[in-house]
Amino acid sequence: MSTISRSRSPIKLGMWLLLAPLCLWLLLLIILPHLELLTYSLSAPDEGGFTFEFYGEFFGESLYWRTFLRTAVMSILATILTLLIGFPVAFFIAKMIKGRSKGILFAMCLIPFWVSELVRTFGWMILLRESGVISTALQWLGFIDSGVELLYTDATIMLGLVYSAMLFMVVPLVSTLDSLDDSYIEAGYDLGGNNWNILREIVIPHAMPGIVSGCIIVFMLSLGNYLTPVLLGGKDSLWFTEQIYTQFITRFNWEQGSAFGILLLILSSLIVWLGLKVTGQSFTKTMG
Amino acid sequence: MIPSIKQSRRFYRVYHSYLVLFFVFLSAPLLVVGAFAFNDSLFPSFPWEGFTFDWFFNEAGDKVGILFDSELLESIALSCGIAIVTTLFATLVACTNAFLFERYDFFGKSFLYVLMLLPLVIPGVLLGVSILVFSSQVANYFEDYWLIDLEFLRPGLPLVVIGQFAFITTICTLIISARLKKFDRTLEEAALNLGASPLMAVFTVTLPYLKPALIGAAIVSFLMSFENFNTTFMLVGSDAPLTVAMFERLREGSTPVLNALSVLLMLGSAVLAIANMSMQKKD
Repeated sequence: MSTISRSRSPIKLGMWLLLAPLCLWLLLLIILPHLELLTYSLSAPDEGGFTFEFYGEFFGESLYWRTFLRTAVMSILATILTLLIGFPVAFFIAKMIKGRSKGILFAMCLIPFWVSELVRTFGWMILLRESGVISTALQWLGFIDSGVELLYTDATIMLGLVYSAMLFMVVPLVSTLDSLDDSYIEAGYDLGGNNWNILREIVIPHAMPGIVSGCIIVFMLSLGNYLTPVLLGGKDSLWFTEQIYTQFITRFNWEQGSAFGILLLILSSLIVWLGLKVTGQSFTKTMG
Repeated sequence: MIPSIKQSRRFYRVYHSYLVLFFVFLSAPLLVVGAFAFNDSLFPSFPWEGFTFDWFFNEAGDKVGILFDSELLESIALSCGIAIVTTLFATLVACTNAFLFERYDFFGKSFLYVLMLLPLVIPGVLLGVSILVFSSQVANYFEDYWLIDLEFLRPGLPLVVIGQFAFITTICTLIISARLKKFDRTLEEAALNLGASPLMAVFTVTLPYLKPALIGAAIVSFLMSFENFNTTFMLVGSDAPLTVAMFERLREGSTPVLNALSVLLMLGSAVLAIANMSMQKKD
């Protein structure tokens, strides 16, 4: 492309100057590293050459693929839960209140973003552990006799995932619902629809771009989460990112870790692609 | 469902209690973290032993307050340093990206735009390991063939900055592009008519217009870098930034000094949040 000699004009020169940092960034920090990860996962460390050994290891060892499936299923579940819990809240903020209180409620939804994930997880640990706030409160109220350990279960992990991702669901939902004209809803009622009809036929179709982009981000955040499963799930949390970390940092088996990384990448791309296909949304529109 | 359509009283009652529960859920962990920063006990849990400021100001002994916990203080300084450098680079590149995507049409633009969005859907851990693998390969190559030791490509703070920059730039680009889209280009043309060079027009007219977005992007970037764990954790060497140091402490089980630290972080974030909001409101 650079052979086009008309690129001498200042406008063209400007474009090339702006193109350079973008291309360097994407090439050096996104494309090449992921290609390198792929090559690494397919190369035999000692004898050199090409091997599927590390992928074979993944499918051969049930711990690995079970963890993989578990991570995927729990992330999908967390996404659905976040959507179900967040949607009424987003609807309320977007459609049912106006003015100052709307701004305040919306800002309150954003608060978790401003506080580090570690602090939030720490909060849940204080609430849920055996000597924690909830256990103590239940004892004090006489529901239980001795402390209960509420940490280190799958439900706790789920709670943590939903909590830390909630904001990324509510924000896109509020912004798409905001653009829904009230008169459509009114027209729906005038034509004899009930709440359920209107939700299904008017509100949800309109909110689809927001639902999809919220779901994609929440899913990615859950799938790639490390802190929540490790801190709230304890030793047996079995999250796939933990396996990747173990291979890279603890076992120093980078080839195996790379294979795991590529598998996680394939899984996440596949599910995002499926989500977009099923709902008929485009990636650029939902994310950009 | 909307104010103009009345629902039964029960509907509102259920809906409002749901919202109250939701916001209790949202704020509960933050409130308890804050509350236990003032508990005069060695553990951040019940029983309540009385109110104290020791976890902030106590100099030594059993209870070392956050202001005297040198390990945590150093990690805060490290995180600030990382965040400042990352923010500078990310905002700068994001600004050039925004101009490129908003002002120029070129072959492969939509493809590059999709690529630019990709970091949003790559899990942070993966971004971390892929950059780790790639940079180590490059460093090994230089060491083996050129006998040059590229220390900054080994796990450590420079690599953390590189890793965070890789995804924060995308978010900053989106923020700045959103405002550049709304810019009225006739203003720039007016500057050109008045004899400004194109570059001068951009610096005197367009960039001042973009200022709220630039500052907003910088604040978001600073915060994302400061709070990042997943990518950072894969790329750190021996120095621990704050999130990594906190993670290690949390795993061991810590004194309420972490609560005190959290309170300070929340205050810091609140200041940034308010600065950001007042910045966006001005236009």
